[in-house]
Amino acid sequence: MATEVQKPLLDVDGVTLQYRARDHLVTATYRVSFSVRKSDRYVILGPSGCGKSTLLKAVGGFIKPVEGTITLGERQITRPGPDRVLVFQEFDQLLPWKTVEQNVLFALTSSGRLSGGEAVDRARHYIEKVKLTKFADSYPHMLSGGMKQRVAIARGMAMEPEILLMDEPFAALDALTRGQMQEELLQLWEDTRVTLLFVTHSIAEAVRIGNRILLLTPHPGRVRAELGSTGIDAIGADGRRLSARIESLLFEGEPDGRRAAHE
Amino acid sequence: MVGELPMSDETARGPERPDYINDNPPTGFGVVAKPLGLLERIFDRGEVRKTLMLIALALVWEGYARWLDNPLLFPTFIDTARAFLQGLRSRELLSATVVSVTTLLQGYVLGLVCAALLTAFATATRVGADLLDTLTAMFNPLPSIALLPLAMIWFGLGNGSIIFVLVHAVMWSVALNTHTGFRSVSQTWRMVGQNYGLSRFAYVTRILIPGALPSILTGLKIGWAFAWRALIAAELVFGVSSSGGGLGWFIFQNKNLLEIPSVFAGLLMVIIFGLAVENLVFRTLEQRTIRRWGMQS
Ligand SMILES: Nc1ncnc2c1ncn2[C@@H]1O[C@H](COP(=O)(O)OP(=O)(O)O)[C@@H](O)[C@H]1O
Ligand SMILES: [Mg+2]
Repeated sequence: MATEVQKPLLDVDGVTLQYRARDHLVTATYRVSFSVRKSDRYVILGPSGCGKSTLLKAVGGFIKPVEGTITLGERQITRPGPDRVLVFQEFDQLLPWKTVEQNVLFALTSSGRLSGGEAVDRARHYIEKVKLTKFADSYPHMLSGGMKQRVAIARGMAMEPEILLMDEPFAALDALTRGQMQEELLQLWEDTRVTLLFVTHSIAEAVRIGNRILLLTPHPGRVRAELGSTGIDAIGADGRRLSARIESLLFEGEPDGRRAAHE
Repeated sequence: MVGELPMSDETARGPERPDYINDNPPTGFGVVAKPLGLLERIFDRGEVRKTLMLIALALVWEGYARWLDNPLLFPTFIDTARAFLQGLRSRELLSATVVSVTTLLQGYVLGLVCAALLTAFATATRVGADLLDTLTAMFNPLPSIALLPLAMIWFGLGNGSIIFVLVHAVMWSVALNTHTGFRSVSQTWRMVGQNYGLSRFAYVTRILIPGALPSILTGLKIGWAFAWRALIAAELVFGVSSSGGGLGWFIFQNKNLLEIPSVFAGLLMVIIFGLAVENLVFRTLEQRTIRRWGMQS
């Protein structure tokens, strides 16, 4: 198994992303390259405003690169599609006019994945996986923030996409709930082996979730490093913990004040 | 500064406090959700409170009219109610109401269709959006009744003129509110819709319309109120249309006959209809949709 060279599932090659404001261009990321293999838990880590969300939206097909290409499998990504499902940070990603179950069903049926009884079965299965069966008929406004995120994850996973794109899905949660959700996500990954592309600005979260971590520089985002992780913040060959290495890579040569302000 | 505090001097802030762990939290709280008392539940119902309010207003009316004692200026509530029932029985008031409501519904529905077309055009293209902005800025402030003379020249003395005026009263506020609602639909919902590959039509019906429903309902309510006003005003000026007189005409005629209680009965009919539509139609619609979804508190 180790000898077989795996072809990457997602290939991001020299991607530059820009926003056109009224009178100037904002470069969000500059010539970013990386590739994700099947069943990776690939984390993109960088300070706020470095272009992580923009990069994820580009993979989602919502933004076109001004330079470089993004390829999923054999196809170049040009527009949004149900083979790449986005889970957002915002709690309002659930449609308030649909119940929990309808939110998941809506995704399955409108994308043409499944229909009728099959769709219902699949939706219920994933709602059960995130332990929300009791709330299947509740409307989103009756749920807590953590429950809403679990529904969004269930909706994304029910699609069984090629790759699940998650944009700081736990950032707006309290610390206790966040830890629990990270644990549940890893458990779900164990069950499904879905390929994850996970964006975060928290070093601890990156180390916990990822098996590969891509570090981006401050704005505009460029690749600083790509590291492996085993999830336990292991001590590396240089005698330092992974989180300490990441920290020095991100804040090298900066005064300590900046470092403290980040966490 | 915090550094000024005597951090180590525990005795100055009281004796030391040991840790405390409760392994058996008390359980005797009974049911968590306690049902409300009967009286509380009765007064919790909006209909009950509002009915009481209406009765109180009727009592004030009756008291003031009796004190004034001038039936030509201000008839009592009882006289008005009598005239109201009389009007219903003689079918005069009833047929006037039927005429008005029929015309109103025709104008309202046609206005909604025009608003839908205009909004669709505005949502699909930038020219359309500019057109909608400009047209609503021009015509929304224009009182419908001001168009009546022109309408009479264009459409003659038939129902057509009144319906034209009603369409004008309805379409701008509905189109403006709907378009504003569409534009303020959350970016996240839009991306969710695109992510799951909705077709253009499904995107409008399954994301834009429900997402903008609070604004759309507001537009429908405003349009309804504007249409009522415009209709009564038009009938007052215009008199009998081809299919017989409406409520405005009923009011006008009874004023000329100095049948003041009947004038009040006509006004009462307008009010009752307004209250009924607001409370039965629009409120039910809101409760079944945006309230249930937590989009309106
Ligand atoms: N819609 C937009 N228009 C213009 N600039 C934007 C827009 N969205 C983000 N940006 C800019 O692009 C940069 C990257 O943003 P973003 O991808 O949201 O960062 P992150 O997710 O890493 O915090 C920021 O400097 C931000 O100001
Ligand atoms: Mg972001």
